[in-house]
Amino acid sequence: MVSERKLRILVAKPGLDGHDRGAKILARAYRDAGFEVIYSGLHQMPEQIVQAALQEDVDLIGLSCLSGAHMYLFPRVIELLKENEAEDITVIGGGIIPMDDIPKLKEAGIREVFLPGASLTDVVDWARVNVEPCRYGERD
Amino acid sequence: MGLAKRVLQGDIRATARLLREVEEELPGATDELKALYPHTGKSHVVGITGAPGSGKSTLIDVLIDAYRREKKTVGVIAIDPSSPFSGGAILGDRIRMQRHATDEGVFIRSLATRGWHGGLSKAAANVIHIMDAMGRDVILVETVGVGQAEVDIMNFAHTSLVALVPGTGDWVQTLKAGILEIADIFVINKADKQGVNEVEVELQAMLQMGAPYPDAWKPRILLTEAINNKGIDDLMEAIRQHREFLVASGRYEAHLRERSRLELIEVLKSSFMDRVFRMAGGDDYVEKLIDDLASRKVDPYSAASDIIKRILQEGTF
Repeated sequence: MVSERKLRILVAKPGLDGHDRGAKILARAYRDAGFEVIYSGLHQMPEQIVQAALQEDVDLIGLSCLSGAHMYLFPRVIELLKENEAEDITVIGGGIIPMDDIPKLKEAGIREVFLPGASLTDVVDWARVNVEPCRYGERD
Repeated sequence: MGLAKRVLQGDIRATARLLREVEEELPGATDELKALYPHTGKSHVVGITGAPGSGKSTLIDVLIDAYRREKKTVGVIAIDPSSPFSGGAILGDRIRMQRHATDEGVFIRSLATRGWHGGLSKAAANVIHIMDAMGRDVILVETVGVGQAEVDIMNFAHTSLVALVPGTGDWVQTLKAGILEIADIFVINKADKQGVNEVEVELQAMLQMGAPYPDAWKPRILLTEAINNKGIDDLMEAIRQHREFLVASGRYEAHLRERSRLELIEVLKSSFMDRVFRMAGGDDYVEKLIDDLASRKVDPYSAASDIIKRILQEGTF
């Protein structure tokens, strides 16, 4: 008997940024959508975020940054995932992010960027549509 | 290479993946567990239970630190409740332990209860096995925040800690059966708060009334302030003494045996049920039977004997 496959999500706050109201609300919205959500807490180094993602075997990492350091922190997370052969984990970002930076972040491997005003429904639906807990049965 | 082989080498990714496959009960996971089983039974499993907010996660955070100073490798299993409505969960224990995320000697895995009662999750037994096979010296298991009766942890842990905080009830609570009976070590955390002496005295009174066997372990009562790293040396010492007691008294072996018995029964039950349902006519038949039960066309007793009749007619089991 196979039980239901649950989407596992890490909501993470990289860097020196103490504003996590948005991250917490998002974590709650994901919970209410039936996902299992791990919240990293504040002030995380990209290394800590990536190790947590690996140990928890998450399908999606949601990075929240309101400090302006996203152009360093977000790509760094992608880089570390690659180093750990874990680029199959989808990464999205959100926060105070200038429009001009969005294409650059996407080029770096951030799949989607959500800005202030994005609806929770849109964010949750994005995960439903774009992320599947399907990385199973791989043997290498 | 199979996942099991990589788990034995301590591979984080493979271990994380296998834990997921076990939790999702994917068919391939059983073979991996079979391969790992001979390598299990070595870790010291320490359970930490107690009410929500009693400081279990923070205690684990400082215990990780203490074990790492002793150069011991640590596995942590942290369980939080699944929503009975959405099935989702916030797995928030890790927040308190994130400073250890980049330490290769520490592997932390959060689990949701997924409808399982008793303070743990269905997969917990196998998750312990996998971390054990991975070679972790100590496995710390944090139950969900519990009330009075969630005592599953005692069947899994060699050493059970029950975390309490001052100001959570009077003497009548210490008379009750349940969680207070399973503690090998009582940890009165947040010991800087008012009311700490009352809790300690009530617990002492409770313990004096119990312990009818002269050779039984006498539960310890310790005061800690986990967040200030106070009382942790004494706690580590008590855990060590309890382990020594278990080994010296033969209870360590007995625990392993009892654990194996329960595990066999659990595995037998679930494979038996799967087989029974399949032989009786598979999902369609079972769903139809459940419809009939729900609409009260049939009662559960007759339904069960109908299933048994069908299996006996099949002849081979």
